[in-house]
Amino acid sequence: MKVLVAIKRVVDYNVKVRVKADNSSVDLANVKMAMNPFCEIAVEEAVRLKEKGAATEIVVVSVGPTSAQEQLRTALALGADRAILIEAANELHSLAVAKALKAIVDKEQPDLVILGKQAIDSDNNQTGQMLAALTGFAQGTFASKVELAGDKLNVTREIDGGLQTVALNLPAIVTTDLRLNEPRYASLPNIMKAKKKPLETVTPDALGVSLASTNKTLKVEAPAARSAGIKVKSVAELIEKLKNEAKVI
Amino acid sequence: MAILVVAEHDNHSLAPATLNTLAAAKQIGGEIVVLVAGFNAADVASAAAQIAGVSKVLLADDEAYAHQLPENVAPMLANLGRDFSHVLAPATSNGKSILPRVAALLDVDQISEIIAVDSADTFKRPIYAGNAIATVQSSASVKVITVRTTGFDAVAAEGGSAAVEAIGAAHNAEISAFVGEELAKSDRPELTAAKIVVSGGRGMGNGDNFKHLYSLADKLGAAVGASRAAVDAGFVPNDMQVGQTGKIVAPQLYIAVGISGAIQHLAGMKDSKVIVAINKDEEAPIFHVADYGLVADLFEAVPELSDQL
Repeated sequence: MKVLVAIKRVVDYNVKVRVKADNSSVDLANVKMAMNPFCEIAVEEAVRLKEKGAATEIVVVSVGPTSAQEQLRTALALGADRAILIEAANELHSLAVAKALKAIVDKEQPDLVILGKQAIDSDNNQTGQMLAALTGFAQGTFASKVELAGDKLNVTREIDGGLQTVALNLPAIVTTDLRLNEPRYASLPNIMKAKKKPLETVTPDALGVSLASTNKTLKVEAPAARSAGIKVKSVAELIEKLKNEAKVI
Repeated sequence: MAILVVAEHDNHSLAPATLNTLAAAKQIGGEIVVLVAGFNAADVASAAAQIAGVSKVLLADDEAYAHQLPENVAPMLANLGRDFSHVLAPATSNGKSILPRVAALLDVDQISEIIAVDSADTFKRPIYAGNAIATVQSSASVKVITVRTTGFDAVAAEGGSAAVEAIGAAHNAEISAFVGEELAKSDRPELTAAKIVVSGGRGMGNGDNFKHLYSLADKLGAAVGASRAAVDAGFVPNDMQVGQTGKIVAPQLYIAVGISGAIQHLAGMKDSKVIVAINKDEEAPIFHVADYGLVADLFEAVPELSDQL
């Protein structure tokens, strides 16, 4: 089984971003970047499938700037076999990313595509579902467990009220939720080996993909700040405030 | 052109999230049609027809839609959606799974989790875990939108008398099947709809200690939530997670117990009306957003609070 994993380069999750003074976007100058945490889980799941003998090859792909090569190298160090960067500098919307990934799916013919459920920058939660629509594949979003069962893929999903399990025909799309696995760290020897693994760069033009979007960001603002309140000294004072001042109990 | 709102339901009753989504549709303006896609879901359609401001209810009733499988619902919804100016669904796990698939079939970009309507084509949505708010304009012929329910006050569930029209267009892609589900059974209110939420974090120490929060919640008629740290540590199941990657809540009262207040957690609860923080670390960032902070050992303060209520 061939597995394709899509990853995104995003702001490190520990960084508290600030909005630019001209309200055009958030300030990403000199900010630490990393692989999106849900994408790390996607890479880990593919590597585990390979370790179990279920996957034969892992191809990792990213749509983004030249610098996204760093995150692709990380994925290679974690166990992916080769990497593809679809190089695009501008702000990308989900549909364009899904179309670019569709072109790679057409070329690579994977049996399974694993993506993170959402990127922690744009918080869209769209790309996997869109890729499923464009390919016509079944989708298992917000996966907490993935199991091959004969020619089907059983995916347990995190849903609002608990867990749901669906059986998907292959090829299928899976998007990862937090509890699917705990990603490993790349070891130094593997980081060195990853430098020699193949990393191919292609352009959206060469794939015949348009990056146009129907969405346009007009401005980006800081959210209304919530000011700190007061410290109470005792449980009794807390109850008194909640009853008489806030009137919420 | 009318607005199509996708109802959230379990084939028996209409979920409140639908009413918040309808509030967003009302702000956009125009005729509002509700779609109920399900199986043996006539009761849901009747409930939807009672909602004030709904002009028509479409009922797509077929076994293929029983479990909201996106492979089956999305093609039907995309086909239907072409004749509408907007397609809206609440940002629930169903809405989040189905709507992007619909958007891609319509060849448009989706606008996810809007919290405000500026005009019929311009919306506000949080990005970077709510650390920034983006204003997004859509030029799509059909605007496909998920609605963050905490951003909109629910419309009245009664006062309308719309006609229910059955639509026959059943679509079964036959590439996915429902196997089973394990739903948390609780007598407490649902997390995203509760007026009071009591949440625990890593400071709870273990899952057993959540009993202190359950007894407090039962005194208050509250739902119980948790931070990602508490979920990651295995104290409680993931469906209790409040935060950027979990549930977004905005109750009247949010009581954060043993939660330090990472930005990812704040993203899920900072729109609560009143926030109480109980934490023994007086430097914890949660105190920066709390209306009332109590620096105390939670294992003393929480039982005391339960006793005094």
